[in-house]
Amino acid sequence: MAGDKTWGIVTIWITIFAGMLLSVIRMPQFLPVELGFLRPDWVAMILVYWIIALPHRAGIPLAWLAGITVDVLLGSPIGQHGLSYVLIAYVAASLYQRIRMFSVWQQAIILFALLGLNQVIGFWVESIVGPKNWSFWYFLPAVSGAFLWPSVFLILRYLRRRTRMA
Amino acid sequence: MEGNQVKALFLKETTLGYQILGLGVLSLVLIFMDHTTSWLDSFRSALTSVLTPIIVTAELPNRSALGIQDIFSSREDLHGRISGLESELIFFRVKAEKMAALASENDRLRSLLGSAAKLQDNVLVAELIGVNPDPEQQEVLIDKGFEDSVFVGQPVLDSRGLVGQVVEVSSYSSRVLLISDQRHSVPVQVLRSNLRLVAQGTGIGQRLELLHVNSTADIQVGDQLLSSGLGNRFPVGYPVGVVDKVDLKLGMPFSEVLAKPNAQLDRSSHVLLVFTEARVSEDMDGSSAKSESRGGWR
Repeated sequence: MAGDKTWGIVTIWITIFAGMLLSVIRMPQFLPVELGFLRPDWVAMILVYWIIALPHRAGIPLAWLAGITVDVLLGSPIGQHGLSYVLIAYVAASLYQRIRMFSVWQQAIILFALLGLNQVIGFWVESIVGPKNWSFWYFLPAVSGAFLWPSVFLILRYLRRRTRMA
Repeated sequence: MEGNQVKALFLKETTLGYQILGLGVLSLVLIFMDHTTSWLDSFRSALTSVLTPIIVTAELPNRSALGIQDIFSSREDLHGRISGLESELIFFRVKAEKMAALASENDRLRSLLGSAAKLQDNVLVAELIGVNPDPEQQEVLIDKGFEDSVFVGQPVLDSRGLVGQVVEVSSYSSRVLLISDQRHSVPVQVLRSNLRLVAQGTGIGQRLELLHVNSTADIQVGDQLLSSGLGNRFPVGYPVGVVDKVDLKLGMPFSEVLAKPNAQLDRSSHVLLVFTEARVSEDMDGSSAKSESRGGWR
Protein backbone atom coordinates (compact mmCIF):
# COMPACT_ATOMS: atom_id res chain seq x y z
CA MET A 1 0.00 0.00 0.00
CA ALA A 2 1.11 3.55 -0.66
CA GLY A 3 0.70 4.56 2.98
CA ASP A 4 3.12 1.85 4.07
CA LYS A 5 5.70 3.14 1.69
CA THR A 6 5.63 6.73 2.91
CA TRP A 7 5.68 5.55 6.50
CA GLY A 8 8.75 3.52 5.70
CA ILE A 9 10.57 6.59 4.40
CA VAL A 10 9.42 8.60 7.40
CA THR A 11 10.75 5.92 9.76
CA ILE A 12 14.08 5.92 7.96
CA TRP A 13 14.34 9.69 8.23
CA ILE A 14 13.40 9.61 11.91
CA THR A 15 16.28 7.22 12.60
CA ILE A 16 18.61 9.42 10.55
CA PHE A 17 17.60 12.46 12.58
CA ALA A 18 18.15 10.45 15.76
CA GLY A 19 21.66 9.71 14.48
CA MET A 20 22.22 13.42 13.84
CA LEU A 21 21.10 14.13 17.39
CA LEU A 22 23.64 11.64 18.70
CA SER A 23 26.39 13.22 16.63
CA VAL A 24 25.87 16.76 17.95
CA ILE A 25 24.97 15.93 21.55
CA ARG A 26 27.40 17.56 23.97
CA MET A 27 29.48 15.41 26.24
CA PRO A 28 29.41 16.16 29.95
CA GLN A 29 32.08 18.67 30.92
CA PHE A 30 33.89 16.40 33.34
CA LEU A 31 34.96 14.02 30.58
CA PRO A 32 38.23 14.79 28.78
CA VAL A 33 37.73 16.57 25.47
CA GLU A 34 39.86 13.99 23.62
CA LEU A 35 37.06 11.50 24.12
CA GLY A 36 35.29 13.38 21.35
CA PHE A 37 37.58 11.61 18.88
CA LEU A 38 35.80 8.37 19.67
CA ARG A 39 32.42 9.67 18.57
CA PRO A 40 31.39 7.47 15.65
CA ASP A 41 29.55 8.72 12.58
CA TRP A 42 26.11 7.53 13.63
CA VAL A 43 24.37 8.75 10.50
CA ALA A 44 26.73 6.77 8.26
CA MET A 45 26.07 3.59 10.26
CA ILE A 46 22.31 4.09 10.15
CA LEU A 47 22.45 4.69 6.40
CA VAL A 48 24.47 1.52 5.85
CA TYR A 49 21.93 -0.47 7.83
CA TRP A 50 18.97 0.76 5.81
CA ILE A 51 20.77 0.27 2.51
CA ILE A 52 21.61 -3.31 3.42
CA ALA A 53 18.17 -4.05 4.81
CA LEU A 54 15.99 -2.18 2.31
CA PRO A 55 18.12 -1.50 -0.78
CA HIS A 56 15.04 -0.72 -2.88
CA ARG A 57 13.96 2.02 -0.57
CA ALA A 58 17.13 3.52 0.88
CA GLY A 59 19.78 4.27 -1.69
CA ILE A 60 22.41 6.70 -2.85
CA PRO A 61 20.05 9.73 -3.18
CA LEU A 62 18.90 9.28 0.42
CA ALA A 63 22.52 9.06 1.58
CA TRP A 64 23.35 12.22 -0.33
CA LEU A 65 20.46 14.19 1.17
CA ALA A 66 21.39 13.00 4.67
CA GLY A 67 25.00 13.97 3.98
CA ILE A 68 24.10 17.51 2.94
CA THR A 69 21.96 17.88 6.07
CA VAL A 70 24.82 16.65 8.26
CA ASP A 71 27.16 19.13 6.56
CA VAL A 72 24.87 22.00 7.48
CA LEU A 73 24.41 20.66 11.00
CA LEU A 74 28.13 20.30 11.68
CA GLY A 75 29.21 23.37 9.74
CA SER A 76 31.49 21.39 7.47
CA PRO A 77 31.85 22.38 3.79
CA ILE A 78 28.56 21.59 2.04
CA GLY A 79 29.13 18.39 0.11
CA GLN A 80 31.78 16.83 2.36
CA HIS A 81 29.53 14.32 4.06
CA GLY A 82 27.42 14.24 0.92
CA LEU A 83 30.40 12.90 -1.00
CA SER A 84 31.55 10.39 1.61
CA TYR A 85 28.05 9.06 2.29
CA VAL A 86 27.42 8.66 -1.43
CA LEU A 87 30.57 6.55 -1.76
CA ILE A 88 29.71 4.44 1.29
CA ALA A 89 26.18 3.97 0.02
CA TYR A 90 27.52 2.87 -3.34
CA VAL A 91 29.71 0.19 -1.79
CA ALA A 92 26.94 -0.95 0.53
CA ALA A 93 24.35 -1.03 -2.26
CA SER A 94 26.59 -3.04 -4.56
CA LEU A 95 27.48 -5.57 -1.88
CA TYR A 96 24.25 -5.69 0.12
CA GLN A 97 23.50 -9.32 -0.58
CA ARG A 98 26.92 -10.42 0.53
CA ILE A 99 26.93 -8.21 3.62
CA ARG A 100 23.53 -9.55 4.65
CA MET A 101 24.95 -13.07 4.78
CA PHE A 102 27.70 -12.15 7.20
CA SER A 103 27.47 -12.46 10.96
CA VAL A 104 27.18 -9.22 12.87
CA TRP A 105 30.88 -9.13 13.77
CA GLN A 106 31.91 -9.81 10.19
CA GLN A 107 29.66 -6.95 9.20
CA ALA A 108 31.44 -4.84 11.80
CA ILE A 109 34.70 -5.40 9.91
CA ILE A 110 33.04 -4.19 6.69
CA LEU A 111 31.72 -1.24 8.65
CA PHE A 112 35.24 -0.45 9.82
CA ALA A 113 36.36 -0.24 6.20
CA LEU A 114 33.37 1.89 5.17
CA LEU A 115 33.68 4.27 8.12
CA GLY A 116 37.42 4.49 7.53
CA LEU A 117 36.68 5.54 3.95
CA ASN A 118 34.29 8.12 5.36
CA GLN A 119 37.02 9.52 7.63
CA VAL A 120 39.62 9.63 4.88
CA ILE A 121 37.31 11.55 2.54
CA GLY A 122 36.37 13.90 5.37
CA PHE A 123 40.03 14.53 6.08
CA TRP A 124 40.76 15.04 2.40
CA VAL A 125 38.06 17.68 2.00
CA GLU A 126 38.97 19.43 5.23
CA SER A 127 42.63 19.58 4.26
CA ILE A 128 41.62 21.22 0.98
CA VAL A 129 39.64 23.99 2.66
CA GLY A 130 41.93 24.61 5.65
CA PRO A 131 45.08 23.58 7.49
CA LYS A 132 44.81 20.04 8.79
CA ASN A 133 47.42 17.62 10.04
CA TRP A 134 47.02 13.92 9.51
CA SER A 135 47.05 11.71 12.57
CA PHE A 136 45.83 8.21 13.15
CA TRP A 137 43.28 9.63 15.55
CA TYR A 138 41.10 10.13 12.49
CA PHE A 139 40.52 6.40 12.38
CA LEU A 140 39.21 6.23 15.95
CA PRO A 141 35.60 6.98 14.95
CA ALA A 142 35.81 4.06 12.52
CA VAL A 143 37.05 1.75 15.27
CA SER A 144 34.39 2.83 17.75
CA GLY A 145 31.78 2.66 14.99
CA ALA A 146 32.74 -0.93 14.19
CA PHE A 147 32.42 -1.88 17.85
CA LEU A 148 29.06 -0.17 18.12
CA TRP A 149 27.73 -1.70 14.90
CA PRO A 150 26.09 -4.74 16.55
CA SER A 151 24.01 -2.49 18.80
CA VAL A 152 22.96 -0.26 15.90
CA PHE A 153 22.16 -3.34 13.84
CA LEU A 154 20.06 -4.99 16.53
CA ILE A 155 18.15 -1.82 17.44
CA LEU A 156 17.33 -0.95 13.86
CA ARG A 157 16.40 -4.53 13.01
CA TYR A 158 14.03 -4.59 15.98
CA LEU A 159 12.55 -1.30 14.79
CA ARG A 160 12.18 -2.60 11.24
CA ARG A 161 10.44 -5.76 12.39
CA ARG A 162 8.15 -3.86 14.71
CA THR A 163 7.08 -1.50 11.94
CA ARG A 164 6.91 -4.42 9.48
CA MET A 165 8.97 -2.66 6.90
CA ALA A 166 10.02 -4.79 3.99
CA MET B 1 0.51 -5.46 -2.36
CA GLU B 2 -1.82 -5.08 -5.32
CA GLY B 3 -0.34 -3.70 -8.48
CA ASN B 4 3.27 -4.12 -7.38
CA GLN B 5 5.54 -6.19 -9.48
CA VAL B 6 7.93 -8.61 -7.88
CA LYS B 7 10.98 -6.88 -6.46
CA ALA B 8 14.08 -7.21 -8.53
CA LEU B 9 16.61 -9.46 -6.89
CA PHE B 10 19.54 -7.24 -7.79
CA LEU B 11 19.81 -3.50 -7.89
CA LYS B 12 20.63 -2.26 -11.33
CA GLU B 13 24.36 -1.65 -11.43
CA THR B 14 23.96 0.99 -14.12
CA THR B 15 21.51 3.00 -12.02
CA LEU B 16 23.94 2.89 -9.11
CA GLY B 17 26.71 3.98 -11.43
CA TYR B 18 24.76 6.98 -12.72
CA GLN B 19 23.70 7.94 -9.21
CA ILE B 20 27.18 7.87 -7.74
CA LEU B 21 28.63 9.69 -10.71
CA GLY B 22 25.97 12.40 -10.67
CA LEU B 23 25.77 12.97 -6.93
CA GLY B 24 29.51 12.56 -6.41
CA VAL B 25 30.31 15.22 -8.99
CA LEU B 26 27.54 17.42 -7.58
CA SER B 27 29.08 17.07 -4.11
CA LEU B 28 32.50 18.07 -5.41
CA VAL B 29 30.99 21.08 -7.16
CA LEU B 30 29.18 22.05 -3.96
CA ILE B 31 32.37 21.74 -1.90
CA PHE B 32 34.16 23.95 -4.39
CA MET B 33 31.32 26.48 -4.46
CA ASP B 34 31.03 26.56 -0.68
CA HIS B 35 34.76 27.08 -0.32
CA THR B 36 35.25 29.77 -2.92
CA THR B 37 31.95 31.65 -3.13
CA SER B 38 29.19 32.72 -0.78
CA TRP B 39 26.33 31.50 -3.00
CA LEU B 40 25.45 28.66 -0.67
CA ASP B 41 25.37 30.74 2.49
CA SER B 42 21.67 31.54 2.28
CA PHE B 43 20.87 27.86 1.70
CA ARG B 44 23.01 26.93 4.66
CA SER B 45 21.44 29.47 6.97
CA ALA B 46 17.91 28.49 5.90
CA LEU B 47 18.60 24.81 6.54
CA THR B 48 20.31 25.62 9.84
CA SER B 49 17.14 27.42 10.96
CA VAL B 50 15.19 24.27 10.14
CA LEU B 51 17.69 22.10 12.02
CA THR B 52 17.77 24.30 15.13
CA PRO B 53 15.37 21.93 16.99
CA ILE B 54 17.95 19.14 16.68
CA ILE B 55 20.65 21.34 18.18
CA VAL B 56 18.35 22.48 20.98
CA THR B 57 17.24 18.91 21.72
CA ALA B 58 20.85 17.74 21.80
CA GLU B 59 21.54 20.37 24.44
CA LEU B 60 18.66 19.25 26.68
CA PRO B 61 20.59 16.68 28.78
CA ASN B 62 23.18 19.26 29.74
CA ARG B 63 20.50 21.77 30.59
CA SER B 64 18.42 19.40 32.65
CA ALA B 65 21.58 18.35 34.51
CA LEU B 66 22.08 21.97 35.47
CA GLY B 67 18.41 22.26 36.41
CA ILE B 68 18.62 19.21 38.66
CA GLN B 69 21.69 20.67 40.32
CA ASP B 70 19.69 23.81 41.04
CA ILE B 71 16.84 21.81 42.54
CA PHE B 72 19.10 19.91 44.88
CA SER B 73 21.23 22.80 46.04
CA SER B 74 20.35 23.70 49.59
CA ARG B 75 18.88 26.94 50.89
CA GLU B 76 22.10 27.87 52.65
CA ASP B 77 24.10 27.32 49.49
CA LEU B 78 21.79 29.59 47.55
CA HIS B 79 21.87 32.25 50.27
CA GLY B 80 25.62 32.08 50.27
CA ARG B 81 25.73 32.40 46.51
CA ILE B 82 23.33 35.35 46.52
CA SER B 83 25.26 37.25 49.16
CA GLY B 84 28.49 36.52 47.33
CA LEU B 85 27.01 37.84 44.09
CA GLU B 86 25.62 40.90 45.85
CA SER B 87 28.99 41.85 47.29
CA GLU B 88 30.55 41.24 43.89
CA LEU B 89 27.91 43.50 42.34
CA ILE B 90 28.73 46.34 44.74
CA PHE B 91 32.41 45.89 44.03
CA PHE B 92 31.83 46.08 40.29
CA ARG B 93 29.49 49.07 40.64
CA VAL B 94 32.19 51.03 42.43
CA LYS B 95 34.65 49.98 39.77
CA ALA B 96 32.27 50.98 36.99
CA GLU B 97 31.77 54.44 38.52
CA LYS B 98 35.52 54.88 38.59
CA MET B 99 35.67 53.62 35.01
CA ALA B 100 33.10 56.17 33.85
CA ALA B 101 35.13 58.99 35.34
CA LEU B 102 38.29 57.62 33.75
CA ALA B 103 36.60 57.14 30.40
CA SER B 104 35.36 60.70 30.26
CA GLU B 105 38.78 61.94 31.29
CA ASN B 106 40.34 59.76 28.65
CA ASP B 107 37.96 61.14 26.02
CA ARG B 108 38.77 64.70 27.05
CA LEU B 109 42.49 64.04 26.83
CA ARG B 110 42.05 62.37 23.48
CA SER B 111 40.08 65.31 22.15
CA LEU B 112 42.85 67.61 23.40
CA LEU B 113 45.32 65.46 21.49
CA GLY B 114 43.10 65.65 18.46
CA SER B 115 42.79 61.89 18.06
CA ALA B 116 39.54 60.07 17.49
CA ALA B 117 37.56 59.39 20.64
CA LYS B 118 37.27 55.78 21.66
CA LEU B 119 33.83 54.57 20.76
CA GLN B 120 31.57 52.96 23.26
CA ASP B 121 30.87 49.34 22.33
CA ASN B 122 27.36 47.97 22.60
CA VAL B 123 27.00 44.35 23.58
CA LEU B 124 24.32 41.71 23.34
CA VAL B 125 24.30 38.69 25.63
CA ALA B 126 23.96 35.31 23.89
CA GLU B 127 23.64 31.86 25.31
CA LEU B 128 25.64 28.84 24.18
CA ILE B 129 23.38 26.26 22.58
CA GLY B 130 25.89 23.84 21.16
CA VAL B 131 29.49 22.86 20.67
CA ASN B 132 31.00 21.37 17.55
CA PRO B 133 31.41 17.65 18.36
CA ASP B 134 34.74 17.45 16.55
CA PRO B 135 37.43 18.39 19.11
CA GLU B 136 39.66 19.60 16.28
CA GLN B 137 37.11 22.23 15.31
CA GLN B 138 36.86 24.83 18.01
CA GLU B 139 33.42 26.17 17.25
CA VAL B 140 30.33 26.87 19.32
CA LEU B 141 26.75 27.73 18.47
CA ILE B 142 24.93 30.61 20.13
CA ASP B 143 21.24 31.42 20.30
CA LYS B 144 21.28 34.76 18.46
CA GLY B 145 21.04 35.20 14.71
CA PHE B 146 19.81 37.48 11.92
CA GLU B 147 16.82 38.40 14.04
CA ASP B 148 19.13 40.06 16.54
CA SER B 149 21.21 41.63 13.74
CA VAL B 150 24.21 39.42 14.34
CA PHE B 151 26.61 39.62 11.40
CA VAL B 152 29.42 37.52 10.04
CA GLY B 153 32.74 38.66 11.46
CA GLN B 154 31.24 40.00 14.65
CA PRO B 155 33.61 39.82 17.65
CA VAL B 156 32.49 37.67 20.59
CA LEU B 157 33.65 38.15 24.19
CA ASP B 158 32.97 36.63 27.54
CA SER B 159 33.38 38.25 30.93
CA ARG B 160 37.13 37.67 30.89
CA GLY B 161 38.29 38.23 27.36
CA LEU B 162 38.03 37.63 23.67
CA VAL B 163 36.25 34.42 22.67
CA GLY B 164 36.19 34.50 18.88
CA GLN B 165 34.17 35.73 15.95
CA VAL B 166 30.93 34.86 14.21
CA VAL B 167 31.49 32.89 11.01
CA GLU B 168 27.98 31.83 10.06
CA VAL B 169 24.58 33.34 10.81
CA SER B 170 21.12 31.84 10.49
CA SER B 171 17.78 33.23 11.67
CA TYR B 172 17.96 32.18 15.31
CA SER B 173 21.47 30.88 15.82
CA SER B 174 25.00 31.54 14.73
CA ARG B 175 28.30 29.74 14.70
CA VAL B 176 31.29 31.22 16.49
CA LEU B 177 34.87 30.31 15.61
CA LEU B 178 36.93 30.37 18.81
CA ILE B 179 40.32 32.09 18.93
CA SER B 180 41.87 28.73 19.81
CA ASP B 181 40.90 27.16 16.47
CA GLN B 182 43.76 26.40 14.11
CA ARG B 183 42.05 28.41 11.39
CA HIS B 184 41.85 31.53 13.51
CA SER B 185 44.36 34.20 14.29
CA VAL B 186 43.98 37.52 15.99
CA PRO B 187 46.23 40.59 15.94
CA VAL B 188 47.42 41.29 19.49
CA GLN B 189 49.62 43.66 21.39
CA VAL B 190 51.69 42.96 24.50
CA LEU B 191 50.41 45.25 27.26
CA ARG B 192 53.83 45.73 28.86
CA SER B 193 55.97 46.42 25.82
CA ASN B 194 53.39 47.38 23.15
CA LEU B 195 54.91 44.74 20.89
CA ARG B 196 52.50 43.86 18.07
CA LEU B 197 52.08 40.19 17.23
CA VAL B 198 49.65 37.74 15.69
CA ALA B 199 48.18 35.00 17.87
CA GLN B 200 47.06 31.86 16.09
CA GLY B 201 45.00 29.09 17.66
CA THR B 202 46.52 25.65 18.21
CA GLY B 203 43.33 23.56 18.10
CA ILE B 204 43.31 20.95 20.83
CA GLY B 205 44.59 22.23 24.15
CA GLN B 206 43.04 25.62 23.58
CA ARG B 207 46.23 27.62 23.45
CA LEU B 208 47.38 30.49 21.32
CA GLU B 209 50.65 30.44 19.46
CA LEU B 210 52.34 33.75 18.76
CA LEU B 211 53.68 33.77 15.24
CA HIS B 212 57.02 35.16 14.10
CA VAL B 213 58.38 36.30 17.46
CA ASN B 214 61.98 37.44 17.06
CA SER B 215 64.36 35.80 19.46
CA THR B 216 65.29 39.30 20.62
CA ALA B 217 61.68 40.41 21.14
CA ASP B 218 60.70 41.81 24.51
CA ILE B 219 58.27 39.20 25.71
CA GLN B 220 58.20 37.09 28.84
CA VAL B 221 56.02 34.63 30.70
CA GLY B 222 53.06 36.37 32.34
CA ASP B 223 52.72 39.12 29.76
CA GLN B 224 49.13 40.13 29.08
CA LEU B 225 48.05 40.22 25.43
CA LEU B 226 45.35 42.66 24.32
CA SER B 227 43.60 42.82 20.98
CA SER B 228 45.39 45.50 18.97
CA GLY B 229 42.45 46.44 16.80
CA LEU B 230 44.50 46.18 13.63
CA GLY B 231 42.48 44.78 10.76
CA ASN B 232 39.22 46.35 11.96
CA ARG B 233 37.83 42.98 12.97
CA PHE B 234 38.23 43.06 16.74
CA PRO B 235 37.85 46.14 18.94
CA VAL B 236 40.97 47.53 20.61
CA GLY B 237 42.05 46.66 24.11
CA TYR B 238 40.19 43.51 25.05
CA PRO B 239 42.21 40.87 26.89
CA VAL B 240 43.13 37.94 24.65
CA GLY B 241 45.56 35.79 26.62
CA VAL B 242 48.48 35.52 28.99
CA VAL B 243 51.86 34.31 27.80
CA ASP B 244 52.71 31.09 29.60
CA LYS B 245 55.63 29.69 27.64
CA VAL B 246 58.55 31.37 25.94
CA ASP B 247 61.00 29.02 24.31
CA LEU B 248 64.01 30.68 22.72
CA LYS B 249 65.07 28.35 19.97
CA LEU B 250 68.78 28.79 19.58
CA GLY B 251 69.81 29.00 15.98
CA MET B 252 66.26 29.56 14.80
CA PRO B 253 64.97 32.93 13.61
CA PHE B 254 61.81 32.82 15.71
CA SER B 255 61.11 31.65 19.22
CA GLU B 256 58.15 29.56 20.24
CA VAL B 257 55.71 31.50 22.40
CA LEU B 258 52.44 30.10 23.71
CA ALA B 259 49.64 31.90 25.50
CA LYS B 260 46.62 30.80 27.45
CA PRO B 261 43.38 32.55 26.46
CA ASN B 262 41.81 34.80 29.10
CA ALA B 263 38.30 33.77 28.12
CA GLN B 264 36.97 30.53 29.51
CA LEU B 265 36.57 29.01 26.09
CA ASP B 266 35.38 25.62 27.25
CA ARG B 267 33.37 26.76 30.23
CA SER B 268 31.49 29.99 29.68
CA SER B 269 27.82 29.41 28.96
CA HIS B 270 27.08 33.04 28.11
CA VAL B 271 28.99 35.21 25.68
CA LEU B 272 28.76 38.84 24.59
CA LEU B 273 28.34 39.93 20.99
CA VAL B 274 30.01 43.28 20.39
CA PHE B 275 28.52 45.93 18.14
CA THR B 276 31.29 48.40 17.42
CA GLU B 277 30.08 51.59 15.86
CA ALA B 278 33.14 51.99 13.70
CA ARG B 279 32.25 48.96 11.65
CA VAL B 280 33.89 48.80 8.29
CA SER B 281 31.19 47.92 5.83
CA GLU B 282 33.31 46.27 3.14
CA ASP B 283 34.50 43.81 5.73
CA MET B 284 31.04 42.49 6.20
CA ASP B 285 30.24 40.36 3.19
CA GLY B 286 30.21 36.73 3.99
CA SER B 287 32.91 35.52 1.63
CA SER B 288 35.65 37.64 3.09
CA ALA B 289 34.88 36.60 6.63
CA LYS B 290 34.89 32.95 5.75
CA SER B 291 38.10 32.73 3.84
CA GLU B 292 39.94 35.41 5.75
CA SER B 293 38.93 34.52 9.25
CA ARG B 294 42.64 34.27 9.97
CA GLY B 295 42.77 37.81 11.31
CA GLY B 296 41.90 40.76 9.20
CA TRP B 297 45.24 42.45 8.90
CA ARG B 298 46.45 40.99 5.64
